[in-house]
Amino acid sequence: MKYIDEFRDRDKAATLVREISKIAQSFRQDRPIQIMEVCGGHTHAIFRYGLEGMLPEQIELVHGPGCPVCVLPMGRIDDCLAIATQPGVILTTFGDAMRVPGSRGSLLQAKANGADIRMVYSPSDALTIARANPDREVVFFGLGFETTMPSTALTVLEAERDGIGNFSVFCNHITIVPTIKAILDSADLRIDGFLGPGHVSIIIGTNPYEFIAQHYRKPMVVSGFEPLDVLQSIWMVLRQLAEGRAEVENQYARVVSAGGNAAALRAIERVYELREFFEWRGLGSIDYSGVRFRKAYERFDAECRFAVPNVQIADPAACQCGDVLKGALKPHQCKVFGTACTPETPLGALMVSSEGACAAYFRYAAKAA
Amino acid sequence: MKTVTLSHGGGGKAMKDLIDEVFVVAFDNPLLAPLDDQARVPMSALTQQGNRLAITTDSFVVDPLEFPGGDIGKLAVCGTINDLAVGGAVPLFLSCAAIIEEGLPFDVLHRIARSMAVAASEAGVQVITGDTKVVQRGACDKLFLTTTGVGAIRAGIELAADRARPGDAVLVNGVLGDHGSAILAARGDMALDAPIDSDCAALHGLVGAILAAAPATRFMRDATRGGIATVLNEIALAAKCGIEIDEAAVPLREAVKGFCEILGLDPLYLANEGRLVAIVPAEQADAALAAMCAHPLGKGACRIGQCTERRPGQVVMHTMLGGQRIVDMLIGDQLPRIC
Amino acid sequence: MCLGIPAQIVRIDDAERMLATAEVGGVRRQVNIMCIVDEQHAPEACVGDWVLLHVGFALSRIDAAEAAETLRMLGELGEVQAELDAMGQSR
Repeated sequence: MKYIDEFRDRDKAATLVREISKIAQSFRQDRPIQIMEVCGGHTHAIFRYGLEGMLPEQIELVHGPGCPVCVLPMGRIDDCLAIATQPGVILTTFGDAMRVPGSRGSLLQAKANGADIRMVYSPSDALTIARANPDREVVFFGLGFETTMPSTALTVLEAERDGIGNFSVFCNHITIVPTIKAILDSADLRIDGFLGPGHVSIIIGTNPYEFIAQHYRKPMVVSGFEPLDVLQSIWMVLRQLAEGRAEVENQYARVVSAGGNAAALRAIERVYELREFFEWRGLGSIDYSGVRFRKAYERFDAECRFAVPNVQIADPAACQCGDVLKGALKPHQCKVFGTACTPETPLGALMVSSEGACAAYFRYAAKAA
Repeated sequence: MKTVTLSHGGGGKAMKDLIDEVFVVAFDNPLLAPLDDQARVPMSALTQQGNRLAITTDSFVVDPLEFPGGDIGKLAVCGTINDLAVGGAVPLFLSCAAIIEEGLPFDVLHRIARSMAVAASEAGVQVITGDTKVVQRGACDKLFLTTTGVGAIRAGIELAADRARPGDAVLVNGVLGDHGSAILAARGDMALDAPIDSDCAALHGLVGAILAAAPATRFMRDATRGGIATVLNEIALAAKCGIEIDEAAVPLREAVKGFCEILGLDPLYLANEGRLVAIVPAEQADAALAAMCAHPLGKGACRIGQCTERRPGQVVMHTMLGGQRIVDMLIGDQLPRIC
Repeated sequence: MCLGIPAQIVRIDDAERMLATAEVGGVRRQVNIMCIVDEQHAPEACVGDWVLLHVGFALSRIDAAEAAETLRMLGELGEVQAELDAMGQSR
């Protein structure tokens, strides 16, 4: 398939691995170079293609917070279940959210207990369901970073234009920059450089990351998701480190620009405003890291439309997701990894979705060690 | 439109009519004809074919009932035949129990019964007994079928998962994941238009060809729910050997690749209904592969890996990039994902 | 996060509503093209475009020249390596 197969080329991957090894050997430091891939999509590619094992020992990949499903706190799932179980409601969701545990179970369990919960591929499919069921309330479980925000915003704008009154969104969209900043501000941070989230950057561009290079003096390379993209981006981060540079570079120039996508940004701006803070599983509350609907779009906001308990539930005490997210611990070094916390009974954010660092580690790598 | 009602399950004339009109007409054969409480099969019909009886049963629930490349009826025949066939049995007879939700259109039922009859006759098996129940709306989803299969295993054929040995070749008979993708696409929830037909097929002919060409074959299993990944894990666990597969050698249709890219699915876990894994000693692997390729249901056959000494109980994939990853069993169903 | 894949726009379904059909490996799906349309690029001009698709929305056109440049650069890196290896052997 075009733009896929050519970026999965084995020979070019071998070339990149050799170049990476050459640079890595030139570093004189007693601990490994830590590079964080912010985005769960990169984590997925790294495990799916076994990239970690191809890299030299001096390089350690730290799997970041960029899985919007994993970082949803239990309270938000409980709130979602409270909406889904109200009479007349059809809850529509991406498949990813089905297994995320709340304090009283997951959407999958709620479905088994009789709630009308339907998986969709796109928010526009949720709107289609609303059109087809005018006597029902159709709620879309909106989640994701800036990549997914425009799709929900454009769907809401379409509902507004067509006067569809039985459609609303339970909005859990979150923003990436405050989160990266929170990680950079943590006292025990050891990350040497970052792979930037390619698909978020299609929307917001590369400009918003400049502070990472300028203020925190860390290299960031915005990266695509094919394995050659990831390897090339690692190589670019290492080159910056070797040359003493700290810049924002764009490996994914085939779709990412400096300024982002104007139409998508307009739609986001029109529909959403920042929340003062948003709670993250594993990271706690982060200021201005989430969005909600503006006043003018309140009627599409499921939190305004339904009685939502607004449940607050602290992360389990034994969970060390925060340390893993910051690179202070590898997944298998967590006290509960593989014992109290497994993909079957996840305790922390990173075990929740198949893309979470711990779940991926458990599935693909842990036993290979 | 004539539909099935509860009176068709009431044990009276309506039920007899339904059974006669739909099933007896379609399956028509001398062992079924008496319509007694049991079919009576002469022992000689079995002992001529082998020295052991193989029995298997399977229930079929699929939404939608009819999909590109098949329907629940064909599935119920082929699936049960395959469970017999991969054990080396010659499939002979089937039973069929149908649980029908009231409101099911008669013409749908007719089509499915005819499809079962065609599949059975092509496979050379007879449906010799059955049962029909009608339940209230909501008590089942349109139609559930359960088929039990009886076959005979020839003396000398010994197939078992724990017979796999390091060095054995891992073969498959064609592109993987067609059935799983076809069903997901046909369900329509994801609004994808995919040119993919189910691979649903009865594999006993192919199995016969493999056993004739490679009599030392250790084990075969059809890669249904959970896909090839699950079957390979079952073999690795049973035989206490490792299995290593080569991603570049795993055969996939372009449309299945595209389907999996869109929904974020791993094709190794997609269901198949006409694909099997064969574990064959290295020295007979070429012969088995040639026999498979010569058979209509093995045209895309290939070797995807081998059993290994190291990492017993694990399945490892050498990725197309030159890396490695563990191919584990899934905990639940694979769900489409956006992230 | 954010599964996005390259797809080709093969048909405009409704220019006013910005709906088009996109194809990946022969699999088709109706997608929204609002984010790839502007004054310079009308909906009708999108047919044939390769786009990055996410949850049914085309988020960006794929720049063929940039993609080729990335691959060319990686190709050159390999050639340089091969030359260095050859020099190392001849010495």
